[in-house]
Amino acid sequence: MTLAAAFFYLFSIVTIASAVMVISARNPVHSVLFLILAFVNAAGLFLLTGAEFLAMILVVVYVGAVAVLFLFVVMMLDVDFAELKQGFLQYLPVGMLVGLVVLVELITVIGVWSVAPQAALNTPTPANLSNTEAIGRVLYTQYVYLFQAAGFVLLTAMIGAIVLTLQHRTNVRRQNIAEQNARTRASAIEVKKVPSRAGV
Amino acid sequence: MDLLLSLLIILAKSLGILIVLLVLVAYYILADRKIWAAVQLRRGPNVVGPWGLWQSFADMIKFMVKEPIIPDGANKGVFLIAPLVTATLALAAWAVIPVNEGWAVANLNVGVLYIFAISSLGVYGIIMGGWASNSKYPFLAALRSAAQMVSYEVSIGFVIITVLLCAGSLNLSDIVRAQDTKWGILGWYWLPLLPMLVIFFVSALAETNRPPFDLVEAESELVAGFMVEYSSGQYLLFMLGEYVAIVTMCALMTILFFGGWLPPINIAPFTWVPGVVWFVLKVSWFFFLFAMVKAFVPRYRYDQLMRLGWKVFLPISLAAVIIVAAVLEFVVKVGQ
Repeated sequence: MTLAAAFFYLFSIVTIASAVMVISARNPVHSVLFLILAFVNAAGLFLLTGAEFLAMILVVVYVGAVAVLFLFVVMMLDVDFAELKQGFLQYLPVGMLVGLVVLVELITVIGVWSVAPQAALNTPTPANLSNTEAIGRVLYTQYVYLFQAAGFVLLTAMIGAIVLTLQHRTNVRRQNIAEQNARTRASAIEVKKVPSRAGV
Repeated sequence: MDLLLSLLIILAKSLGILIVLLVLVAYYILADRKIWAAVQLRRGPNVVGPWGLWQSFADMIKFMVKEPIIPDGANKGVFLIAPLVTATLALAAWAVIPVNEGWAVANLNVGVLYIFAISSLGVYGIIMGGWASNSKYPFLAALRSAAQMVSYEVSIGFVIITVLLCAGSLNLSDIVRAQDTKWGILGWYWLPLLPMLVIFFVSALAETNRPPFDLVEAESELVAGFMVEYSSGQYLLFMLGEYVAIVTMCALMTILFFGGWLPPINIAPFTWVPGVVWFVLKVSWFFFLFAMVKAFVPRYRYDQLMRLGWKVFLPISLAAVIIVAAVLEFVVKVGQ
């Protein structure tokens, strides 16, 4: 139990520290890399609570796919830092107000905090069922319609994104693979008898 | 005291599998070069030791004593972390791979997902290395690899799902046990799921950046891809990570489709052989296929690669998931 608690605090500290680094790092690529570190440690926290399926899905989906594309975009961006900092004084009062509210909320939450060895206690999962099975049963029986509806929402969003970004450029020559494969010797080669010294 | 003891046991197990794996990989690298040479009617490495058997170790010592060079414009921290990420992640996947009945460092319930997660992280080593080098070719290679690895992961995922549907478990040992029938080699999943094995094999080639999909390090266009700026130990770590990832993919194919540690025929002389021997033999067979593909398939063009992943493999594997699920539900269940 103490080992689990030690790991809980390790993962938590690294998660929080890397989350802080996400917003404080000067280089946006470093920010994304710290974000990935935060994701991985959050997956570790899931593992400690016995939610191994969620932990793995978090790594596969967020770290393995979403963050890769994110990193991709950030690397290609040419960020102008001077321009970003231009409106700094203008937004300072609003920013400070929001920051103050969040700070007060955080203090009220952290005020009751204490070091607890039972922090990493397992949440009860149904007996003789693995975590993965338990999630599957709930998702595909009780909430099956909501689950399907969520799927449709995602599908709509995907189609929307494709429609918004797809543009048919007419001046680009593209390969038509089916057409190429359908070519035969007869249609591809034309044998001409060229009389000598006359050209084609 | 118990805690310390269990920690020590885990440490000893990990160290054991690490050493065996690294020695195995050293000889797989040699085998790769030898097979490649044999196809081209060359002799391959044959100077260091008898038949060149010490070649990989000589290479390793050479890489380690060379001077590490960090480019001036490189992003130093990320540049140094990138090869470590590649090597560590590649080795971490072996924590859950069962080489024999009960012989896994961690018998994880979501073993398949763990391997899938770890292999999807492998792309970070390449992106970080390519970006941190602060140089044109590595960066282009990193962009290519990001797109390539994310694309082929999708079809690998669907192929794994078809196997999971048949086995009914995410535990790698349970998947092997599900293939343990009286039919021996004919009961393994390669027979009913043969198209899936082919898709998995080709996707594994793309996922590990092996020829014919080695566009990440296509010499003719990108010099040496994302590792142009790397030298000595860091380069060694990249190469090591790459080859360990290849062996991991071979091991995964062995477990998912070729019955892991099970003997091909369930009768006396075959069942006497320890399971780990069968496992290594099967992994070696898949590695041989990897090496042969490298030797005689020309490199794909980048748009062809993308087309193969998204327009051919993705629809086929997606349809296969539905077909396999339907067959299991309506044919196999009714038959029982």
